[in-house]
Amino acid sequence: MRTHTTSLLTLAIAAAIALTGCATSAPQAELQTAGDVVTIDNAWVKAADSGMTAAFGDLVNSGTQDVTVVSVTSPASTDLQLHETVKNDAGEMMMQQKDGGFVIPASGSLLLEPGASHIMMMNLVNPIKAGDSVTFTLTFSDGSTMEFTAPAKDYSGANENYKGDMNSDMNMNPETDMNN
Amino acid sequence: MADDQSATSGRGLSRRRLLLGGAAAGVGAVAAIGADYASRQSPAPVVASADVLTGADTLPFYGVHQAGIATAPQAHATFVSLDLHEATDRAALERMMRVLTDDAARLSQGEPALADSEPELGLVPARLAVTFGFGPGFVARTSVPAPGWLGPLPAFTIDALEPAFNDGDLIIQIAADDPLTVAHTTRMLLKDTRSFATVRWTQSGFRRARGSEQEGTTTRNLFGQVDGTANPVPGTDDFDALVWSVGGWMAGGTGMVLRRIRMNLDKWDRLDRSGREQSVGRYLSTGAPLTGTAEHDTPDFTATTAIGLPVIAPFSHLARARSADSSQRIFRRGYNYDDTPTGAEISNSGLLFAAFQADVTAQFVPIQRRLDQLDLLNEWTTPIGSAVFAVPPGCAKGGYIGETLLAG
Repeated sequence: MRTHTTSLLTLAIAAAIALTGCATSAPQAELQTAGDVVTIDNAWVKAADSGMTAAFGDLVNSGTQDVTVVSVTSPASTDLQLHETVKNDAGEMMMQQKDGGFVIPASGSLLLEPGASHIMMMNLVNPIKAGDSVTFTLTFSDGSTMEFTAPAKDYSGANENYKGDMNSDMNMNPETDMNN
Repeated sequence: MADDQSATSGRGLSRRRLLLGGAAAGVGAVAAIGADYASRQSPAPVVASADVLTGADTLPFYGVHQAGIATAPQAHATFVSLDLHEATDRAALERMMRVLTDDAARLSQGEPALADSEPELGLVPARLAVTFGFGPGFVARTSVPAPGWLGPLPAFTIDALEPAFNDGDLIIQIAADDPLTVAHTTRMLLKDTRSFATVRWTQSGFRRARGSEQEGTTTRNLFGQVDGTANPVPGTDDFDALVWSVGGWMAGGTGMVLRRIRMNLDKWDRLDRSGREQSVGRYLSTGAPLTGTAEHDTPDFTATTAIGLPVIAPFSHLARARSADSSQRIFRRGYNYDDTPTGAEISNSGLLFAAFQADVTAQFVPIQRRLDQLDLLNEWTTPIGSAVFAVPPGCAKGGYIGETLLAG
């Protein structure tokens, strides 16, 4: 009951904001960069002592155009990549770098989660301990950026296999794969 | 904002339940009788079922005080005591409390924990409240002095303490009206503590299921006694003065005592009803003092029987627990336990006696001393576990429980 009421209220507010936007600030909308319209909810990083780990969260695009994340940096890692999970010829889920970056659809979201798309962090500078805050900067195809911090959590999952010769020492559990 | 809405929603629901409680029971009976008939006629009316669903009810997490103390006791509770790893220093405690606070806040509002591996289990808060308390070993890892009362209670002659239920560096009280919610919350929070601490003990307990009785009914223990009649009332100045600490990092916090009190039901069985009532000084039927007729009647310790004996025996629990000094009172928020019996016994039952008070030494200890010296009820009860924790104040959104201690 309560949830239902709240979502109706939220819709009403959203509608009101949308109406206002149409009336007064339509010209400005075209000036908005990807960095202005993208936010992240529930961001977190898997704690790790060394080597590799990954970051997750729900990227939300409130703009009217699709946007593309082309790269990511963080002081916590010297080598970050945008990864996706794909099925290989043997039917196993493997992770690999995402060609062209992450596309976040207009008025939509892209969920980064264990077993799916994620921000891969290699060559950790220091151990990332549970409760640490890790800062990231996303760069979009229009050159704009968005910065966020994510808390680190201990997490037993996210032990995916990697395609190619990634020298994965993140895979702390080599016999474990996505299909377990 | 969201918290305010939740609180308002909860209160509204409670008021409606209060007003309609009797009527709702009647509806329930009719529904039960008519269920077979109704199921062949048409789908159950949606409104009726929504009215009795309480799983979405939430309690505010953020605030001056932690949740789970002044809030009406939920039906189920688990108490987890943890030992900190040796390497868990002050900085690590802050990291741990930040993660714990965030997940407790999310789960209490019906959102999955961050990186929740079973997110669907996080969607039924059922008035979940999570309360954190610090033992001496926690506070010792900071440079801030602990309250003078933080530490094991003095030894009492009636105690038969078992190390398996004593002490700890950190306690997490997880209480909700739904045991599945309690279990999932416990698991998610203990995943957060894994790299900082190990579980020392857990104790789980229960009260009446939500909706079984009118809200606010004084609970009964497994002896059948109305238990907690004299409790201070949350929301009153009396309660605030007795429960909340003032000054320093504990301002807005409280002292928590958790005693595991074994109740010997097999021995209790041998006592007849009048003997049971004399041992406590109250009627079993209503909880009224033996000199009164209603639960909250003031006991008259001067009243005597026809042959001149006190109606409320001086050795009864009621007479012994009461102090002439009104500051020597505590707030009880206990739960029953009923675990697997051992040997020839058929019950392993008792009370998780959770008591909150601003100053354990000034409030809890004198009461326990009097009961230790003389209390007829001691014949049937034995304290077998004991732990004391400093419950820090609550926090605002963006803060974390324990910040008043750890930021210092």
